[in-house]
Amino acid sequence: MESGFGPGPHESLEIHTIKGALKLKPYKALLTGAAVVASMGMVVGCGSSNSTSSNKTSGGSGSHQVQIFSWWTAGGEAAGLQAVMKTYSQKYPNEKITNEAVAGGGGSNAKSVLANRMQAGNPPDTFQVHAGAELMAWVNAGDMQPLNSLYQSQGWNKVFPKEIIDSLSKNGNIYAVPVDVGRGNVLWYNPQVLKRYNLTPPKTMSQFMSELKTLQSKGVTPLEYGDKDQLGSVMLWENVLLATLGPQKYDQVWQGKIPFTNAQVKQATQTFVNLLQYTNSNHSAVTWDEADQQVADGSAAFNLMGDWAKAYFLSKNIKEGTGFGWTDFPGTNSDFEYVIDSFGLPKGAPNPTGATDFLKLIGSKQGQDEFNPLKGSIPPRTDADMSKYDEYSQQAMTDFKSDSLVPSLANGEAANPGFETAATQAVEVLISNHNVSQFINSMQSAAQQNPLS
Amino acid sequence: MRNSSTLAANTSYMPSLPVKKRRIHWSWNKTWAIVTLIPSLIAVGIFVYGFLGWTGYVSVTNWNSFIPNSSFAGLANYKAIFGDFRFQSDLRNLLFLTIFFILLCMAIGLFLAVLIDSKIKAESLFRNIFLFPMALSFIVTGVVWQWLLNPQTGVNLIFKALGAKHLPLWYTSSKVVPSFHLGQIQFGLPVALLAVIIAAVWQLSGFAMALYLSGLRAVPDEIKEAARVDGANEWRTFWRVTFPQLRPITVTVVVILIQMSLKTFDLVYAMTGPGNGYVTDQPSLDMFTTTFQADKYAQGAAIAIIMFLLMMVFVIPYLVQSLRKEDA
Repeated sequence: MESGFGPGPHESLEIHTIKGALKLKPYKALLTGAAVVASMGMVVGCGSSNSTSSNKTSGGSGSHQVQIFSWWTAGGEAAGLQAVMKTYSQKYPNEKITNEAVAGGGGSNAKSVLANRMQAGNPPDTFQVHAGAELMAWVNAGDMQPLNSLYQSQGWNKVFPKEIIDSLSKNGNIYAVPVDVGRGNVLWYNPQVLKRYNLTPPKTMSQFMSELKTLQSKGVTPLEYGDKDQLGSVMLWENVLLATLGPQKYDQVWQGKIPFTNAQVKQATQTFVNLLQYTNSNHSAVTWDEADQQVADGSAAFNLMGDWAKAYFLSKNIKEGTGFGWTDFPGTNSDFEYVIDSFGLPKGAPNPTGATDFLKLIGSKQGQDEFNPLKGSIPPRTDADMSKYDEYSQQAMTDFKSDSLVPSLANGEAANPGFETAATQAVEVLISNHNVSQFINSMQSAAQQNPLS
Repeated sequence: MRNSSTLAANTSYMPSLPVKKRRIHWSWNKTWAIVTLIPSLIAVGIFVYGFLGWTGYVSVTNWNSFIPNSSFAGLANYKAIFGDFRFQSDLRNLLFLTIFFILLCMAIGLFLAVLIDSKIKAESLFRNIFLFPMALSFIVTGVVWQWLLNPQTGVNLIFKALGAKHLPLWYTSSKVVPSFHLGQIQFGLPVALLAVIIAAVWQLSGFAMALYLSGLRAVPDEIKEAARVDGANEWRTFWRVTFPQLRPITVTVVVILIQMSLKTFDLVYAMTGPGNGYVTDQPSLDMFTTTFQADKYAQGAAIAIIMFLLMMVFVIPYLVQSLRKEDA
């Protein structure tokens, strides 16, 4: 994607102008030209750079091509996708599967490319989307096809948990197939740091607070987080909210049944503010993986992050037990904050048969057990083969079956993108001014402007 | 474009040519001018003015989700963004970024130009050294300065080794000085923004230098000689004789740097992100998030239009002035 004034065409013109200006006296006309061209570049850059960058694919070899759209471009998730695509090619040799992944953390770039393709009437055959509100944005726009008959024929209603199917459904219609499950309420810690100060992984918020206090007096950053990508801060707040309200009330907040002016929401926000005194001051310059690295290095003790952090630790050859440890975020022991990737079938998909075959594969036991061990996530199917997964994942799979399943705001499951962005902003402001009542007002007006359903 | 058509028109008044021939010559010239202009006129018409109009139209609709909604919203989107904490922060940051960035670029650029103009050895080497940062992409500049000004690593390690106690927080600071309440935000200079300003000035003061150097070369030596003969010292000669001659260059530098500052995106995106409580955020970043992450297309368009209007405030007087001079 072009950025406003990188080495674009007008830049070379400016350099040309300088050369000219060094020699010529009537430099002015040239400079005027440069200014005009540069300002035009800005206007185009603002208005349209995104819409022009996306339409590189269309047509192609006709109905036998299956375009798989995702943001899995690196590491284990890309390897997982490759493996599934390979199996697909063996199973359906007549279909030509193409990987149309767009790089960018959390799908930030992929989502805008997808939005452009959908609006231009050029949807991929199937695309990755977070379950819950993010999927519903497409459903509400009338862009998705219901998959009820596919669920019937594959017997999926029995193998996927009801909460997960609910998060993919509207008015009794199911709109996507879940592929992997991440967990958002995991507290990562450095076992050696805890051992050094005779601390144990905290089970309650009060124990957590007193441990943080101890660690601060020892000169260790007690709780490290990174919100350069605005993920660490919102996840920390929503976890404190979950710990304070419990799973039922937490769910009701996202259904719009409990207002943000509720006393417990205020109390949770105050607890979050109290936690901030134990955090790193450079959080705005840190991304979630850098925060985890601080924990691994021992300069920080705790970090709250989803279990994709485990994949990060393992990729850096940091071992569970000695290099990192984990526990549920204090007060959320029997909760499982899910972050789910799913694939749906957009209306107007050029090759719906090929796409449905792909959905059948990734929804099957074979497909899920092939993809998830490579990505480091767990399968949403409850009948998966546990022996294929590592120790952490086996525990997560057990918890997934027994815990209360709740959605994540920071990862797109709990609320629509408009609310999510407004709430992120409110949390960022709260972190800088610690003003709880202003935060509550911001959240309340965000909910009015972007109704939670 | 306008230049060439007036040029073509001017030739028609040449008196020496016979009437019939002049007419043929005139129309051929004009046709040729129009033919060569048509492709760029169409491209500019669609891709600049067409999209500009479209953005303006979207900004007064209710299109604030995935579902296109062209119902008329009046100025509701503008009202929403101006009441927004983030956009108010953006305007504050933009104001301070622009002021500091331009003043520092001009001061450093002029200083370097004067040094290079004083007939030093290896002049072109120095000229190139100072100009080179401009050849980098802002993304590269942003990433490098992010490392350099990282409070935990970067230049702070040098300060630490020198025994400094209170190390600067650079772009992670959330301080605003002097801080007083205005609208929803604290108004003042966000300290974190200084880090961004340093990087931007590093990249573009060489550009200001090149422009000033061309201006200095255009000042005739005779005038300076005359001043010296009249007994003015070097300092006085520069400020009273040379510097006033650089006025048009200064205007050019300001206009080009202002439009760069107003549309800053990549530098901040790569270097700091929106910052601690939006202290380094810029309207362009806000526009991107609002449009493509929050799916609020109409509000995003409103931000883009405000950026455009801010730009026009500076560019239009400049264009009017230069066109008037050409006509005269």
